[in-house]
Amino acid sequence: MNSSGDAKVKHDVSFTVNGEVKRLRVHPMERLLDVLRNELGLTGTKEGCGEGECGSCSVLLDGLLVNSCLVPVAQADGSNVVTIEGIAAHSLLHPLQKAFLECGGAQCGICTPGMILAAVHLLEKKPEPTQAEIREGLAGNLCRCTGYMQIFEAVTKAAQQRVAT
Amino acid sequence: MRADPADYKLVSPGSLQSVLSLLSAEPNQWLPIAGGTDVMVLYSAGKLSNRNLVNLWNIPELRQIEVLPKDIRIGAACTYTALRNHDFISREFPLLATAASWTGGIANQNRGTLGGNIANASPAADSLPALLVYDAELTLVSMRGERRLPYREFHTGYKETALAPDELIRDISLPRRFSGYVAHTRKVGARNAQAISKVCLAALGRIANSTIQDVHLSLGSVAPIPLRLNETERMLSGKKVEPSLLEAARRTVAHEIRPIDDIRSTARYRAAVAGNLVVEFLEKLAAESANS
Repeated sequence: MNSSGDAKVKHDVSFTVNGEVKRLRVHPMERLLDVLRNELGLTGTKEGCGEGECGSCSVLLDGLLVNSCLVPVAQADGSNVVTIEGIAAHSLLHPLQKAFLECGGAQCGICTPGMILAAVHLLEKKPEPTQAEIREGLAGNLCRCTGYMQIFEAVTKAAQQRVAT
Repeated sequence: MRADPADYKLVSPGSLQSVLSLLSAEPNQWLPIAGGTDVMVLYSAGKLSNRNLVNLWNIPELRQIEVLPKDIRIGAACTYTALRNHDFISREFPLLATAASWTGGIANQNRGTLGGNIANASPAADSLPALLVYDAELTLVSMRGERRLPYREFHTGYKETALAPDELIRDISLPRRFSGYVAHTRKVGARNAQAISKVCLAALGRIANSTIQDVHLSLGSVAPIPLRLNETERMLSGKKVEPSLLEAARRTVAHEIRPIDDIRSTARYRAAVAGNLVVEFLEKLAAESANS
């Protein structure tokens, strides 16, 4: 990223997405969300509100949960990004994905990628979360159809399984 | 109408000095952006009038938290997550750590910054009343030099501030002299996360010999700016906490605030809740002082 930055001029950015280095020519103010979906074809990351209120565009940026609709892509230059497509190990589902399936934690599916990313982030910081910590960890992710109880159950179950194994 | 990214510049000079040099060379032309939790919302909605943005996210000098003998200095680009996770802030400045935990959800706390919240100057921001009661001081820097400004003088009107066009907030310092105080904060809103407050209180107080020695009160969402309740504080100082004082406090608070009707609440509700929150704090202050 150079500092001369004329409008209308694209810039080179490179970052790692789900373990692969990506080099792109983009406008620096493009939203990370749009670059992931439109340039890289990673459409698992959803757009809900587009203003940081709903969490459906959640990804991990250098290990931290962020709303990708609020990140200009230039700020992701040199970073490590993980999207929902990078959560399963090839065909092996992540314990959280399995638990969401088993507990009925996904219905229409729009909030699910963001919920899973928020839950992954939570369990990395707090491997044995209390119910209050689960609710706080997912408080930025809104669901309008599944119901939060099944989602909380899924996170609880995944945490128990991870601790047991 | 959604913004077209091709219409915008975003430059990343990478050091504080080079950002200041840009702001000095072309004042009013560049909008600083740190975590983007305010700026990107306006941008996405096509409502950002500035076309030129300068990146503060990658400037390490703005991310430091320094604990000094007499104060703590928080770099303006420290995130809410950094504030929450800092043991010293949780211990000596619990009102700020708690307010940080109420700001947005986890994803916004990972990006939103204290300096950004101050510069954005929303009267509803949850962390600003805490800074007011802790007597925060700002360091403002530009190519012309640096100056210290008591935070209580920073907000000059609704979304108006004392920041000059070529200046940045470099750090926020909090004096370490409130360890013996009773601290209390309360947010009243639809929910804690992702909901902007209807009313938010931060309060500090100290009682000796059954009388109030010192009291600091601040409310969010009840005036065009985050409000320090100077008049109520003066009225309470030197008094005993008793029922007549609580009623007098309610009246003075009602006189001092300027709440409005908006999508989140009504002026009448806000006035009633503001009085209740101050009374709740005074009762806690008296109870905890009696037990100690």
